[in-house]
Amino acid sequence: MSAINRGVRALKNSAKRYSLAALARNAFNGHNQWTEAWRNAKPREAYDVVIIGGGGHGLATAYYLASVHGIRNIAVLEKGWIGGGNTGRNTTIIRSNYLWDESAALYEHALKLWEGLSQDLNFNLMFSQRGVLTLAHSEHEMKEMSRRVNAIRLNGIDSEVLNPMEIKALVPIIDINPGLRYPVMGGFLQKRGGTARHDAVAWGYARAADDFGVDIIQNCAVTAIRREGDQVTGVETNQGFIKAAKIGCVASGHSGVLAAMAGLRLPIESRPLQALVSEPIKPVIDTVVMSNAVHMYISQSDKGELVLGAGTDAYNSYAQRGSLPIIEHMLEAAVELYPIVSRVRVLRTWGGIVDTCPDASPIISKTSIKGLYFNCGWGTGGFKATPGSGHVFADLIARDTPNAIAAPFALSRFESGHLIDEHGAAGVAH
Amino acid sequence: MSHQPYRLASGGHIDRDHEIEFTFNGRLYRGHPGDTLASALLANGVHFVGRGFKYHRPRGIFAAGAEEPNALIQLGHGPRTEPNLRATQVALYDGLTATSQNVWPSLRFDLASVNQWVSRFLPAGFYYKTFMWPASQWMRYEHVIRKAAGLGKAPTDRDPDRYEKMHDHVDVLIVGGGPAGLAAALAAAATGARVMVTEAKAGFGGHICFDGAQQIDGQPAAEWVTAAVAKLQAMPEVTVLPRTTVTGYYDHNYITALERVTDHLGNTPTHLVRQRFWKIRAKQVVLATGAIERPLVFADNDRPGIMLASAVREYVNSYGVLPGRETVIFTNNDDAYRTALALDDAHARITAIVDLRAEADAVAGDLVAAARDRGIKTYFNHAIIAVSGHRRVTGCSIMELAEDGTTVTGPVTSLVADCIAMSGGWSPSVHLFSQSRGTLSWDDEQACFIPDVAHEATVSVGASAGDFSLAGALKNGLKGGMEAARASGAKGRQPAAPKVDPVTEMPLRAIWQVPTNAGKGKQFVDFQNDVTAADIRLAAQEGYLSVEHTKRYTTTGMGTDQGRTSNVNALAILANARDAHIPDVGTTTFRPPLEPVAIGAFAGRAVGGQFEPVRSTPMDPWHHANGATFEHVGQWMRAWYYPRGSETMREAVDRECVAARTGVGILDASTLGKIDVKGPDAAEFLNRIYTNGWLKLAVGRARYGLMLGEDGMVKDDGVTVRLAEDHFHMTTTTGGTAAVLDWLEEWSQTEWPDLQVYFTSVTEQWAVASICGPKARDLLAELSDDIDLSDAALPFMGVSTGTVAGLPARVFRISFTGELSFEINVPSRHGLALWTALMAAGEKYDITPYGTESMHVLRAEKGFIIVGQETDGSVTPGDLGMDWIVASKKADFVGKRSLARTDSLRADRKQLVGLLSTDPEVVLPEGAQVVADLKPAPPMTMLGHVTSSYYSANCGRSIAMALIAGGRARLGETVHLPLSDGNLTAVVTEPQFFDPKGERLNG
Repeated sequence: MSAINRGVRALKNSAKRYSLAALARNAFNGHNQWTEAWRNAKPREAYDVVIIGGGGHGLATAYYLASVHGIRNIAVLEKGWIGGGNTGRNTTIIRSNYLWDESAALYEHALKLWEGLSQDLNFNLMFSQRGVLTLAHSEHEMKEMSRRVNAIRLNGIDSEVLNPMEIKALVPIIDINPGLRYPVMGGFLQKRGGTARHDAVAWGYARAADDFGVDIIQNCAVTAIRREGDQVTGVETNQGFIKAAKIGCVASGHSGVLAAMAGLRLPIESRPLQALVSEPIKPVIDTVVMSNAVHMYISQSDKGELVLGAGTDAYNSYAQRGSLPIIEHMLEAAVELYPIVSRVRVLRTWGGIVDTCPDASPIISKTSIKGLYFNCGWGTGGFKATPGSGHVFADLIARDTPNAIAAPFALSRFESGHLIDEHGAAGVAH
Repeated sequence: MSHQPYRLASGGHIDRDHEIEFTFNGRLYRGHPGDTLASALLANGVHFVGRGFKYHRPRGIFAAGAEEPNALIQLGHGPRTEPNLRATQVALYDGLTATSQNVWPSLRFDLASVNQWVSRFLPAGFYYKTFMWPASQWMRYEHVIRKAAGLGKAPTDRDPDRYEKMHDHVDVLIVGGGPAGLAAALAAAATGARVMVTEAKAGFGGHICFDGAQQIDGQPAAEWVTAAVAKLQAMPEVTVLPRTTVTGYYDHNYITALERVTDHLGNTPTHLVRQRFWKIRAKQVVLATGAIERPLVFADNDRPGIMLASAVREYVNSYGVLPGRETVIFTNNDDAYRTALALDDAHARITAIVDLRAEADAVAGDLVAAARDRGIKTYFNHAIIAVSGHRRVTGCSIMELAEDGTTVTGPVTSLVADCIAMSGGWSPSVHLFSQSRGTLSWDDEQACFIPDVAHEATVSVGASAGDFSLAGALKNGLKGGMEAARASGAKGRQPAAPKVDPVTEMPLRAIWQVPTNAGKGKQFVDFQNDVTAADIRLAAQEGYLSVEHTKRYTTTGMGTDQGRTSNVNALAILANARDAHIPDVGTTTFRPPLEPVAIGAFAGRAVGGQFEPVRSTPMDPWHHANGATFEHVGQWMRAWYYPRGSETMREAVDRECVAARTGVGILDASTLGKIDVKGPDAAEFLNRIYTNGWLKLAVGRARYGLMLGEDGMVKDDGVTVRLAEDHFHMTTTTGGTAAVLDWLEEWSQTEWPDLQVYFTSVTEQWAVASICGPKARDLLAELSDDIDLSDAALPFMGVSTGTVAGLPARVFRISFTGELSFEINVPSRHGLALWTALMAAGEKYDITPYGTESMHVLRAEKGFIIVGQETDGSVTPGDLGMDWIVASKKADFVGKRSLARTDSLRADRKQLVGLLSTDPEVVLPEGAQVVADLKPAPPMTMLGHVTSSYYSANCGRSIAMALIAGGRARLGETVHLPLSDGNLTAVVTEPQFFDPKGERLNG
């Protein structure tokens, strides 16, 4: 893996740059000098590139198009408010400890971009490398873990195996009693993994992209994708027609809907994925901990809320809400592994819609229509990929050719059969 | 210890005959049964109970119910301690202990309160702009931030209490036991409909219990409430649930509610659960959830002693407590005058009423007139511009409003006050309605959101529908209850509405941010998260224009109260900053739970031993009695190996494996998934689901089958037996059986509904003992005289029905070890008897029970795969060298198309091979990755991994299987296995290690 081109830094010499001096200056004049993080842009007639979807992935794509590829005449169209989809609904876990080479390359690319991203964007994303621990609860899971750890290590990614005592030392609230229904037999830790402040990721990319001149247009719903022959020409929106020769679709949860506008079908099913937070409590858990057999994952936010998630609902839906049994199972698992949380109270549950491919890996791809690109199908784990996804997708749009990291994730894999099946391999659905 | 200096001589619903003791922050106080912790603290003159989240400014009791943002306390200690409880909701009991939280070292001297002096550096979202330099230090900054954040503390022990799930179906669920809810319940119940009515508080009646001397049908309102509740409780089809909060409103009128059974008792009686989590399916729902009073946003409106006006009234009338001796009432509406009247009735001093409205706009109201008649001083068209006092309000300054209400003018008047009762109008509690996907509309006159279009079968009544009058609540409650009952199928006539005297009230004046010229005071909007009006304006200034952005950037509305008292004020101030209309700014989405619910309540009984049931076979007692070691296999605990004496696992497994090939071994195979497949099209269905042919399988014969996913990858395998033309007995892997049943149903229901075939899980109906080895036939012959065991009558893959050990049995001659082998299936209830009989009869053959580990070794010696071990969703039959089972001439089967894709035909796919460790005594670790070119350090190109690896006593050396890229072309090559603690080498071989020609099947 060669050095990553992180592009030109945003806001480098800008008066808008956040600095201690700026903070001090504003502190003494009533904070009246802070300007818009991004302009509330209205659409212009034409752009070089239109990105449909103002989530983390779409905004990152626009940012890297501008900062790495020098393409500045870009619009990001957002149906609602930026970061309002899965970017603002996920459990913020970041890791790159994937089994398959293709996935490892993609997520490690993202993780390397996460490292230093706050500085790149001049926005504190609170990227916190507090470690991600994955538990094993049976002989079978121990062997699966061994396979994964060996693969991760040989791919040059950090990973270490912990025994139950080491896990207890790292996560004091965990129950490692061997008599547990699914006892904690071991686990593996990626120390470089962790969490980030999800909303800030959207805002940080938006602000930096805006500084390069990218128009971020909210409340702009795409209603049709126009083409002449097999070449896209622009999009119809509720704010009028916008001309563009290149269109990147990054609309998690609704990728199938967008594809249908272009007469395409994607191998995607859209399902609700739920998460919840507890009331804020003083810190009890510093590491992100995931378990498959006792199915849920947990971390604690900087505000003190326990953040929990588990698997998707089994049915297809576009409504951003899920069913109660998923929440119940998640919390049964929480009490089983962390008995002290029983009296901690659930504050808020919510759902998002995840686009899931048959092999549980994303699509980063050209299509049969010239100038139309899709970045979707991230399933339950897209947040962690945000910078990497945007980076390689920008590269694909700019050069019209996938790079080595993106190439395995092309749509053509569903024809060739070269799937990257993370269902069987990843174990934990996140 | 003091007496209760702020307790009135009379009034309230407390039990004055008994005094109970409690401590707060280590100090002993007294209260009465019927108090909340908040009312008892106020009775003792304690307002200052906590500090703000960010600036750590002193905070007092603010409200009297669920909307309380400030008075969050840590209740109790030890395993039952609970953080973040609202003092306003904690019922007082003898011996209660509570402490303030998130203060250090103490509430009065809290170190973090320095934050309020540097608050100019801490505007909304300041953390996004800083802590970035130097880049490497964020983790250190974060460590400090994390310690400062969080509110109370989680217990450090296991929860000693139990929780229970309750399920019910009702015709009409009525949420809320105030006047509208009770009227709805009376109307619905009168029809005979099955009705449930829930009330979050201990007592029913809502506001009418403390609004003052109101009459319903000529009797005091409280008596009407008591009579109504008694009437409902006496009706057999009505369930009345006090202390029950409806928390979630899901699709199709699926409702969750939390009933607090023992929290108010202090000591949990051991026979009671702590809380019941109700799951209710209602045909119709009536929402009578009331309304929440809004604070006014004025300078330093967070000082202890500043409270909601209705809360002051509730403390006076319901608890006989005087929140202050000199009260200023600050209002923009008539309702706060009820508080003035209540205080006056209690002979408390009212310094003045400060009304934002012009006299002309207010004077026609009945309540305003009553206050004037009593001589209460009122400043119309005035605003509080500043507040004095730090840990307790001591007074305020007021000025007249300029004409447009955006600035103040004229002289400053100072008022003395130890309590300010404020009212900014009322917001209907639309949270549940919004959860149910109902839409809201903005009522400009009342300045509030009201329910608009319902998405579920639900109707809102009373204050939650924006109807704030008692007469309206009763009338529309009756109507709503009646309509709901009728819609649920009941019949009846609507009772006449009770008579109440009408009260004329004048409209409020919406001034969302009270003007001031007094400079720096913070105007709080969200008290719990310390969000000020300036923060909201800053968010708008910085372009966080969407209400969701403002919320997330400032954290307004994101506290544990979910913005009960702050949302509308925040929205209005944002609208003003954006120069937009409030309804155009939109609302945020309300999500379950309505109020925080203990994680334990969601988990219910599914904890500890009941987290997930352990599945065990009928033979399990024998395994336990005979010293088996167990392993987890999916939900099962299976006998792993049977050590004798001081045997190690390796010694036991070696012995078991040798015995199975030289004498007779016996395995408990009961956990294998079993699915009964029946119907005229059963054979056709199997023919499509499996890769091989099934149409010509003879009755009484078995066949091994492989199932693929649509992607052509191996999904499951097993032997299926044809019991009759239209009847098959399918077996699946132990772990995959539920998924296979789902798979069959999916294809049957969605793709081939024309095929007549039915599936029934029979895994638990049959117990299976598998005996194998050269002496297996001799053993079975001893126990069965009606089954011909000869090769001719029962050949390999043959099936017979008869008796074994006198038990009705199906005997399959199939083999997973490569030895002569019989699987004896008996009804589960006979499983242990069968096993015991086989063990007894087998004694003379030195029968050896073997567990799953030996089963794995024995099949690996033969190169038989285990789905989930040799496969992982990326493996085709061809990869496994099992092309022989793919009927390529068959018209179609699931996955066939995918097998023809280019990637499925690649020569360098990962293929199953054998691996022989260079050192035969070294067992290669399963999961080890295989490389051709060993490099000094990662990254390295991986060829594949070791899928199975054992020491084989029968082979006299270690054996392993692996999936390796282009593996079959590598036979004979030496490969490397780089491990974290060294490297191993192995030679690639065929994946069969014992009896490669399969000659032992016939014994």
